[in-house]
Parts: sequence; structure tokens; C-alpha cells
Amino acid sequence: MAIRTKKFSRRSPLAAVIVVLAGLLVSGGSYVAATAAVTSSAKAEVDQATIDTGKKLFLANCASCHGKNAEGTANAPSLIGVGAASVDFQVGTGRMPGQASGPQLQVKPVQFKQEDIDALAAYVASLAPGPEVPTEAYLAQTGNASHGGELFRINCAMCHNAVGAGGALTQGKYAPSLRNTSAKHIYEAMVTGPQNMPVFSNSNLSPADKTDIITYLQYVQENPSVGGDELGNLGPVAEGLIAWLAMLGGIVVITIWLGAKSN
Amino acid sequence: MSNAVTSKKKGGFLAGTANYLDERVGIAGIVKEFGRKIFPDHWSFMLGEVALYSFLVLLLSGTFLTFFFNPTMAETTYDGVFGPLKGAHMSSAYASTLDISFEVRGGLLMRQVHHWSALLFVAAAGLHMLRVFFTGAFRKPREINWVVGFMLFVLGMAGGFTGYSLPDDLLSGNGLRIIDGMLKGLPWIGSYTSSLLFGGEFPGNQIVPRLYSLHIMIVPALILVFLVVHLFMVVIHKHTHYSGPGKKDTNVVGYPLMPVYVAKAGGFFFIVFGVIMLTAAFVTINPVWNYGSYDPSPVSAGTQPDWYIGFLDGALRLAPTGIETVVNGATVSWNILLPMIVGVGLLGVVAVYPFIEGWITGDKREHHVLDRPRNAPTRTAIGAAGVTFYAVLWAGAGTDLIATNFKMSLNQVLTTMQILLFVAPVAAYFVTKRLCLSLQRKDREIVLHGHESGRIVRLPHGEYVEVHEQADVYQIWKLTDFKEYAPTLARPNANGVITIRARIRSALSKMFFEDRVSPVSKTELEAAKHHAELH
Amino acid sequence: MAKNSKEVAKHEEVAEHDYATGLAVITEDKISDPGIEPHRVRMTDKSVKHEKAAARQVALLFAISILGSIFAIWAYYAFPFDDTNASSLRINTLFLGLGISLGLFGIGIGAVHWAKTLMPDAEVSEERHQTRGTEEVRAAALEVIRLADQESGFSRRKLIRRTLYGALALFPIPAIVLFSDLGPNPKDSLRHTMWGAKKNTRLARDPDGTPIKASDVQIGSVFHVIPEGLEKLEAPHMLNEKAKAAVLLVRLDPSEIKNDKEREWGYDGIVAYSKICTHVGCPVALYEQHTHHLLCPCHQSTFDLAEDCKVVFGPATRPLPQLKIEVDAEGYLVAPGDFAEPVGPSFWERKA
Repeated sequence: MAIRTKKFSRRSPLAAVIVVLAGLLVSGGSYVAATAAVTSSAKAEVDQATIDTGKKLFLANCASCHGKNAEGTANAPSLIGVGAASVDFQVGTGRMPGQASGPQLQVKPVQFKQEDIDALAAYVASLAPGPEVPTEAYLAQTGNASHGGELFRINCAMCHNAVGAGGALTQGKYAPSLRNTSAKHIYEAMVTGPQNMPVFSNSNLSPADKTDIITYLQYVQENPSVGGDELGNLGPVAEGLIAWLAMLGGIVVITIWLGAKSN
Repeated sequence: MSNAVTSKKKGGFLAGTANYLDERVGIAGIVKEFGRKIFPDHWSFMLGEVALYSFLVLLLSGTFLTFFFNPTMAETTYDGVFGPLKGAHMSSAYASTLDISFEVRGGLLMRQVHHWSALLFVAAAGLHMLRVFFTGAFRKPREINWVVGFMLFVLGMAGGFTGYSLPDDLLSGNGLRIIDGMLKGLPWIGSYTSSLLFGGEFPGNQIVPRLYSLHIMIVPALILVFLVVHLFMVVIHKHTHYSGPGKKDTNVVGYPLMPVYVAKAGGFFFIVFGVIMLTAAFVTINPVWNYGSYDPSPVSAGTQPDWYIGFLDGALRLAPTGIETVVNGATVSWNILLPMIVGVGLLGVVAVYPFIEGWITGDKREHHVLDRPRNAPTRTAIGAAGVTFYAVLWAGAGTDLIATNFKMSLNQVLTTMQILLFVAPVAAYFVTKRLCLSLQRKDREIVLHGHESGRIVRLPHGEYVEVHEQADVYQIWKLTDFKEYAPTLARPNANGVITIRARIRSALSKMFFEDRVSPVSKTELEAAKHHAELH
Repeated sequence: MAKNSKEVAKHEEVAEHDYATGLAVITEDKISDPGIEPHRVRMTDKSVKHEKAAARQVALLFAISILGSIFAIWAYYAFPFDDTNASSLRINTLFLGLGISLGLFGIGIGAVHWAKTLMPDAEVSEERHQTRGTEEVRAAALEVIRLADQESGFSRRKLIRRTLYGALALFPIPAIVLFSDLGPNPKDSLRHTMWGAKKNTRLARDPDGTPIKASDVQIGSVFHVIPEGLEKLEAPHMLNEKAKAAVLLVRLDPSEIKNDKEREWGYDGIVAYSKICTHVGCPVALYEQHTHHLLCPCHQSTFDLAEDCKVVFGPATRPLPQLKIEVDAEGYLVAPGDFAEPVGPSFWERKA
């Protein structure tokens, strides 16, 4: 855990500023309006009262590990510059507050109400600029699923599997299944790079690209497998088990009936 | 001929047809010769049939697929109904696979039938081989048929692999990439071999049509040839049977081909077909639309081959780090060669095992009565060790899924497998051998002292004893009908020299037969009966 | 069985093994075979009622089969594909398969039930013959071969025989040579990638082909990279080149990089490595941001990005080759030239 702390703190606030700026620059064209909507609405929502509530919640629930000013301690990384998106993802999926130490943070039942999470996020975002919580405009499944699928295979499938069923990483870490992850949390994971996941900033995958990816994942989640039970999308290993246990096993039972004498 | 003519007078359509055929193809002789041939009945004798029937289903469903599949790698843009791939660039092979799945009614069902029956074909052949091995059915005169069957198993794997790669999807493409990497690792000829297979650089645009030729012509034709030889030899040898009352090396006990066996085996074909069809109706296999078309840059987590190639993939994963060396400027990829040697070596041992055992036992008799596995403890133990070795390699191909599903570290799982590969087969050997010897001793107990009835009786002088029920003559025969083998000494030959061959043979025979349990003899049985009567 | 004196004695007896039985101990003291067990009569043999019931069951099963097949034909037409609704395909596949299964199971189970309950179930014994021919047959066969040999002079005429062997050994060789054009001599195609095709090729995003600026790459992010212009190549060259030129681009904190060459060949902590595994060529693409490990999903080779991609786990031996990168006047990342060594799996003449 100590290792992670060290690395987290190394992400300089400057880098985060670059991300936001680059993101704004790259996402031109039809997304200008949407982007503007994000910044303005985000600014409008965040009033000082919310930040104060967030600070109280932070001091009560997070400061023991992350430090009174979110500057980080030996046990947990600094949160300065991680942005509202990071808080919304980590707390909103139940990963934070962290419990048992292990190779990576586990998904648990969410500990806070969404408004408390928003307040926490607002407080952390007030410390230094960082990735913001995306608005609905990015999460609408109006992207190009075909392009999203291609991007997903190139950037995500190696860890998360071709349809987001998840997969193994080194030393007990793993890429989680994306089957029940909300569009918002998927988006936030891409911009913040939680734990060992790399960051997919807007200069790498534009907001439109991210919307495409989310559209693809939504398609996969919402449409049943046309061939029948999909065996968790685990591929040939699961298929082999079915062939041996269900098919050949079933047939062996039938052969026993066949070979047995009738009464 | 005159008989046939006279028989025509009576009977209706059936007799007429029979007469017509006999006068043209001489079918009466065939029916007379084979119609009442006896086949022994036992569930384990039907495993080979499962493989045969799966192959027939493969031919039927495969023919359907050839009508719609386009085996070329010409680039095309997808404009079919599957949304998440619309507008994607892909090969015609992949596009036509999508069309079979999404636009041909019943096409997806047939694809799934074809793929499930391929998995079942190799699985059933493997289980059938295990049955033949553990019952000693490969012994004289069936050694050659064992080799023919082994060839069928290998051809099954070849047919499966060539078919798996045809849709040109991401999963199978990465499989081909691994094949390319393995070929390149061959000494001297590696890069040339890869170029010959792929028609130049990987992936090129040749591999799918080439694999298609192999998959729909060469491999099935070879399977058919070996299948015919395999079945022809079964007819020549007549089927083996398990030891039991009235069953001898000189007879075969069972049901006649017509009508019982035809009804049972014919019905069984429909049942196997039904199981495949039902699985295909309910369970997705190889959802190629999820994987996308092949592109050398992406890869999906959980990239695995079909189960029968798994042991080779596992062998690749289990190779230790850093064993590639450079010798005189030549790169020797031991991390590829070693797994290949292990995989091919394992198959090689399987292929020649009957000859090894035949040489050790020096047994030149014909065997038609099967061994119960416990009555050949060393063979059974060797088989168990081999199965365990294979199973560890096989599980090795699923290390990532084992790690994620059982919440373990991928690295620890792999390291454990590396250790198990050596430890588990040895443990399996000794445990199995001891288990067999114990079971044989239990059989002796049952023959000599009968079954424990669970009934406790008090004798007049106060002693409590459990009543044993004498086994009946049929069971006694079943438990005592086997041969004991004694190890041989290394003896000098005519020139008075003890050859190395003789020494090896003697050592092996000692390993096989030093620990053994003899069948109960008539004298022992009578002595036991006499003893029981004294009580 | 503990070795008792009796067994030792037996051992002595069988010391001179009979040719035919090998190491088997043939004992005279064997328990005798009681013969085939008496036939157990079935209910269907004893009672007409049971027999009739069984016959009805068989007929019912065949009738179910008929219904199943009809259902399958009906389902084929009754559940058409609707292009806008994926579940229509699911339903068609399911009911078609279900109907056909029923058609098959009905016949199969019916036939077996018929055989088991209504056909005779007394086991019959048939004599086996030794596989080898009788002495007369073998003698006759030998005579045929001897005659053939004598008439052709096969053993006698050494010259004919030897030239025939030679001819037979050589005639398949042209057939093997014929296959040489399956693929060209690879020559040095394995040593070059598209990065060396021209100087200062820009690094571009996979698959869109847009070039990447150094300022786009932040610490912790990963880019999947192709040479600019690759996506415009014709098939199959596009895939062939991509299979060699695919690159992974990450930015590390320069202080974390432990290898001088790695730092020099990068730009301000941005480093580019071949994505093709040095084991058997899968794309090594699983990047862990904090451990900076790269994991191959196929065989679990693990490479450490902070140490010039040396192998830290798994079957690979060689580190992933690094692609030297620079920044051009407009701030885009470019590769001044090709990899310094062949990428991907090893081959015999790799070092030559």
C-alpha cells in the first residue's frame, strides 16, 4: 500500500491542469457546447456551503488516512488535484472508504448518500483543479457503438475482456467486470485512472470517443447474447467445461441407462 | 440364385427390395455374415460411438456452413445487421461468419452445433482412449488399432484448430499469432516455416483459404480413412468384453447386431445429436461478433484456445523465465522448444505405450477379456500419472481465469502449477498404485470371507462375531478371473552376456510386477470354506 | 501381497518364460468359470400389460419426435428475424433448436426403449477365431508370395530392385519442392518495420491515425500507437506492418526510470516500446500504472517499464525492444528511425 501512496502523490497538479486544458482544446466541434455546459453547470452547483459540508465529511471520514488537508499520509495518497471525478468514482462505487488492505481496493456497498459524495467531491475539487464529474451529455448512449467497440478492443479489452467481463492482472490484482458499472463511473474511471488503471485523458480518448465506448458497453449489456447463455463471456475455457461436464457427462449418464438391463 | 427367385414369390415390398439388392450387390452374404454379429453391452463401450456420431454431426453441420462461408481474406466493409460492427473493415471470412450468425436463419444454430460437436468429438475420443487404456484393451491384437485411434485423436485436434481459426476473429487471430511465434522458434527452419504457412509475413492474406482447404478436405478425408480402418479392425477383432462369468478370450458375449444393437446404437446416434442440438440451442459458443475482426494490435483478456489445444498453451505458460539462449550466434528458444517437446513427447508416449508394455510383459497371447483397472496396478498408476500431468498442463492454460475466479494471485497460481507439474503426477502414481493393490486385497477378502452383512451374532460360548455372507459363484469368478504376472530376472543370452536391453527390461518388469496380489486359487478358496465351516 | 515362500517358488518356476505367455503366471489351480449367468426375465416378458405399455411408450416417443420436427419447421417461419431487435434471433435459434432436439430425442430414446424392453435381452455367446490365419491359410499365403517373387524375380534381380527403391525414394521430392512457393524467403523482413521506412515518422493513435503531441501524454496514461500513415495502407500490408510496428507509449516520471538508455531514447519520461511480445508475439498491452508492469494476457510474461522492459515474470526471455523517440518542430512525437533490433518472437537467425 505504501507503494501506491508514493506513486499517487507523484501526479503533479500541473499535469491535471494540462489534462483539462488539453481536453478542452481537443474536444472541439459539436462538443464545444456540451463542454461549456459542463464547466458552467459545474461552477454553478458548487457553492461554498457544499464545500464546507464536504470538508466536514472529509475530516470525519477520510482525514485519518488522507491527512487533514488531503495532503496524503504514509497510508494514503494526496488528493490534491485528483478532481471531483476521482472522488465520485472511488466513493460512489464503494471502493472508498477503504477497508482491508490487499492487492487492490474492493467494491463494497456504497457508504454515503449521493449528495454527501457530491459534497466530498466539491471539497476535493476546491483544493486544486482536476477531472470533473461528467454531465449527462457525455453519458447519453448516442455515440457510435462501432467506433466505441474498436476503441474498447484496442484500449480496454486486454484487461477488461472484449465485452467487459474482467480479467487478471499481476500479483492478485484484477481488472473488474464492467457489467454492472454505470456509464458515469466508467467515464470517471477513464479520466482518472483509478488504482493501476492507466489514465485515458481527453488528449488520448476525446470525450466523443469515451461516449462511443460507453455506448458500445451499454449495447453489450442491454442486448442478450443471440446464441443463448453466454457463460460469463469467459471464452473457450468455460466452453470446454460445458463440453466435458454437461455434454459428455450427460451422455455418459445416458450410456449407463443404455447399458443397464430393463426390469 | 434360385433361392432368391423363389423367395420373391412371398413377402411384400421388403422382400422385393432385398431380392433386388441381392441380385445386384450380393447383399445376402453380407447380412448373413454380419447381421447376427455379437456386440457386448457396457456403457463404457459407447464412448467411441459418441466420437463417431459427433463426427457425423460435424460433417452434416459443416456442409451447411460451407454453403454460406466465404473463405477469403479480401477486405470488406461490414454493412450487416450487427450494430456494434457496422462500418468496420474486416475480411470477407469474418463478414460471412457474421452473416451466417445474424442473417441466415438457423445459421447461428448450425455454427453452434458445429462448434459444440467439435468440442465433444475430441472430448469423447479422449475419454474413449482412457477407457481403452485403463482396461488394457490396447493389448495384442489391438496395438495397431490403438495407433489408428491415436491418429484420429490427433486429427481431431488438427480439424478443430484449423476450424477455430477460419472466422478470422480477434480471438482465433491471436491464436494464429501464437502458432506463428512457435513456428518462428523452431531451430534452423523457423522463419521459413512461418513464411510458408502464412504465404509471407504474418498475418498476410493466405492463411484462411489455406486452413479452409485443410479443414474441409484434407483433415476430414484423413479422419474418414482412419475411421474406416478403425472400424474395420473392430470387426476383424470383434469387440472386447469385461471379465465375467462365461466370458473368455475365445468367445464374445453380448447382443446380436440385428435387431438389438442396431436399435440401441442407431437410437444412440439420435440421442448424441439431440444433446448437441440442445446445447447449441441454449448455450452460446464462440461469439465471434464480440471479439471483432483480427487486428494485430488489440487482444482480449482471457485469450485461450479451445480445450484440446489447452495443454499445449499451458505448457507454453509454465515454461520458466529466461531459458532462451544464444549459441554460436543462433537463437535457441527453449521457452518454446521445451513446451513443444513436452507436448509432443506426451503424445508420443501415448502412441507407443502398447508396444512398451508388450515388450515388458513379453506377452504374445491374444487378449479379448479386459482387465479391471485394479488388476493392473502399475498400468493404472502410469495412466493416472499421465492424466494428472496432462491435467496440470491443461489447467495451466486457464491460470488467469483460476486467479480471477478464486481470487488468487496470477503469479502464485502459475508458480504453483510449475511445481505441481512435477509433484502431482508422482503423487498420483503412488496413490493410485496403492489404491489398486488395496482394492485387490479387498477383492480377495470378499472371495475368501464373503461380504460383511452387518449382522452381529452371539455364539453359544459368548463370542460375538459378524456374519459374513458368502459371495456367489458369479461374483467369485469376476473377482478372481485375472492373471498374475511375475517380474523377470536379467538373464544372459546365448553368448553368456547380460545385455543392457535385458537389464532395462528386468528393471521395468520389476517396477510393474514386484508388488502384486495374486488371484484367489481354488485351494485357497476351499481352505477358507473349510475354515468357515469349523466355526 | 507380502512375498511369501510360495510366491518365491512360483518365481523360480516361471524363470524360463514361455514365449507366448511372457511374464504371466499360468496356474492350474484357477477357480472354474461358472458360465453365463441365467437370464433374468423382464416384466415385459412376463406380463402382456407391461409389454403393451412399453409398446405404447415407444410409439409415444416416436410421436413426440414427429411433433418436434413439425414444431421446428413452424418455428423457422414463425419467428422471423427483426433487424432492429437482437432477441428475435435469439428466439428463432432457441425454438428451432428445441424443435430439432425434440425430433432427435424422440427417435433416439424411443429406439433404445424399444430395444431394452421389447427386443430379446438374453446375452448370446459367439466363438472368436484367432486373428492369425490357420496354418494352411498361412502356408497358402506364403506360397502366393513365393510364387510372385519367383515369377517377378524380385529377390533375384538386385539391380532392378535397387533402382526401383531409388526411384521410389525420389519421386515424391518434386511434390515437396512444388510447395516452395507457398511463401517467399523471409530474408530480412523480420528485421524491419514501418518505423524505418522513412525518417521521423510521427507516432499516431491506434486506430484513428491522428498524430500525438508530447504534451498530450501525461504521467499515468497509455497510448496504443501506430506509425502515421499505416491506416492508409492497402490490405494485407496494413495488418502485416501493424503486426510488427504496434507500439505502446507511456509517460513515467523521469526519476523513476532506472535505465539510462531508456531515458535517453525517450522524451522527458515519455517512452515507446514494441507491443509485440518477445515470447510468441501476442500484444503485450496490460499496463499497470503504479507498478509500471506490462503483462501479456496470453502467457503472462511480465515486463518492467521502469527497467527498460526487462522480463520480471513468465516465459519470455528478452526485454521488449524500445523505439527511440524525439519531438519535431510542431511538438509531435516522432521516431527518428527503426527499432534497433527485430521485434516480436525469437527466430534462429535473429542475432546473425
